[in-house]
Amino acid sequence: MSGEALFFLEVVISGLMAGVMYALVALGFVLIFKASGVLNFAQGVLALFAALALYDFIAPGGWVDDLFGFTFPIWAGIILTVGVMIIVAWLIERLVLQHLVQQEPIILFMSTIGLAYILEGVGDMLFGSDVKPLDIGIPQGASDWLLDNYGLYVEKLEVFAALTAAILVIVLAVFFQKTRIGRALRAVADDHQAALSVGVSLRTIWVIVWSVAGMVALVAGIMWGSKSGIQFSLSLIALKALPVLILGGFTSVPGAIIGGLIIGVGEKVAEVYLGPYVGGAIENWFAYVLALVFLFFRPQGLFGERIIERV
Amino acid sequence: MSDQAPSSGNGEDKFLVVSNIEVIYDHVILVLKGVSLEVPEGGVVALLGANGAGKTTTLKAISNLLRAERGEVTKGSIRFKGESIAKRSPNDLVQRGIVQVMEGRHCFEHLTVEDNLLTGAYTRKDGREAIQSDLDLVYSYFTRLKERRKSQAGYTSGGEQQMLSVGRALMARPSVILLDEPSMGLAPQLVEEIFEIVKRLNENEGVTFLLAEQNTNVALRYAKYGYILETGRVVMDGDAKTLSENEDVKEFYLGISGERRKSFREIKHYRRRKRWLA
Ligand SMILES: Nc1ncnc2c1ncn2[C@@H]1O[C@H](COP(=O)(O)OP(=O)(O)O)[C@@H](O)[C@H]1O
Ligand SMILES: [Mg+2]
Repeated sequence: MSGEALFFLEVVISGLMAGVMYALVALGFVLIFKASGVLNFAQGVLALFAALALYDFIAPGGWVDDLFGFTFPIWAGIILTVGVMIIVAWLIERLVLQHLVQQEPIILFMSTIGLAYILEGVGDMLFGSDVKPLDIGIPQGASDWLLDNYGLYVEKLEVFAALTAAILVIVLAVFFQKTRIGRALRAVADDHQAALSVGVSLRTIWVIVWSVAGMVALVAGIMWGSKSGIQFSLSLIALKALPVLILGGFTSVPGAIIGGLIIGVGEKVAEVYLGPYVGGAIENWFAYVLALVFLFFRPQGLFGERIIERV
Repeated sequence: MSDQAPSSGNGEDKFLVVSNIEVIYDHVILVLKGVSLEVPEGGVVALLGANGAGKTTTLKAISNLLRAERGEVTKGSIRFKGESIAKRSPNDLVQRGIVQVMEGRHCFEHLTVEDNLLTGAYTRKDGREAIQSDLDLVYSYFTRLKERRKSQAGYTSGGEQQMLSVGRALMARPSVILLDEPSMGLAPQLVEEIFEIVKRLNENEGVTFLLAEQNTNVALRYAKYGYILETGRVVMDGDAKTLSENEDVKEFYLGISGERRKSFREIKHYRRRKRWLA
């Protein structure tokens, strides 16, 4: 392969990895939006919160270490964090959603903005706001194999992240398609009233869907935290998820993933190849411009659910 | 079944009894003003009345889908097998055997026909095999659904969707189905087909039906007992046969009149005057 092509490939791959992050956050959005019609502004903060909780279970100098003088093994830390995310989901349903069920979408949306600040504040208070390196033993550095055989520089962490995300998506797909609860979740997404009429409890479903979104957030938080440390900027990728959703459609899981990858790759390629001509920093606004273009030409997104119309 | 008129008694052993309920929407809109009715086990009871009379509201009060619409039963009681059920959640009521088939079918459009049916079994805990055998049972009543089991429900016809929503309710193994306007928007032949199935389900599977209908003609042919609702009150009730022979019912609901057919306005006026005099 020529040096040019190789370089291009490296750019695309690093873009794909950023895209995986966007896709994970967007995925959390889509799950909640489909099940409850709530646009969850707090999804990014949820990832931050999950990563912080995990850190405090397993890292030396974390909370558990400070209080009890020991740390949990990584696998136990992950399980405990999943538990924490389920409790958070339950609290959100109890304290917020349950009281706003019949309100306008905009009110629910605003409540999630409030939620984002609360989670951020609580996270800050409990866990502190300094950047924390998260190390759960994901291999670091370049993949030697790819470097030796193809002369391609790819971070192991990024390959790991992509594989994990792929597994996560497959597990979710099976959950949604094949299980009783998964089917109920799809039913609720289609028609709340009808779901109620067959005995599906919306409250249970909401707790489940927020828990699942919490777990997706945990995966995103782990990836990001391993790469750049756990820090506040993690909650800002939620803002990148918005253009991803516009691209992929708010109700489409594949849309969230492909939209995330397109934006990840697009902004990297644009940055590297167009950046020099316009003074750089394309990465910061590329996604929004792309989303805007989409709003003009295909407002339902690439994969927006087709609205079934019959006569 | 000979006589299905509401019998007197303490109401302890009765199947489904609605006594004198009042329903208010949004804390201010009074819609039901004291509705009472009774559904005997194994019966087919029709709830008749014009658009806006309160049929749907009555059914939703029983299934408690009312709460999701900001509606509330503020007076009266609803008892099922001797127990008060007015405060139970829809989920609980489905498990107890009360399932509503909503007006306008409300299928899960993006789910396949079979997934729609399986969702109906959501509350059941008696295992995969029992559910599978009920799936076969539903397909035996609705053969069309079997042919279309892999299609997305949103792309099936109106008749198929109506069958699907009844089939989905059946999957919960209900003892009573609250069926809201099954005839709506369907061709007469299909309406007949669906009511035939209702009849067979009632006779062979022992499912009780409370059905709301504007199509008085069909409803009275299949039901054994009927209630007529007008602006939130029961104005008449009786055996289906008695009702269909009643002159007022003939005139207002069956569109048959001894003299010429009256225009809607005249009927309304006449009805108002009649109630005033009554
Ligand atoms: N969610 C609601 N909020 C306020 N009013 C309602 C609501 N649903 C129904 N109504 C009113 O209650 C009355 C009875 O409606 P409904 O029970 O749907 O009648 P029917 O099913 O006999 O056509 C109507 O006047 C209707 O406008
Ligand atoms: Mg109605």
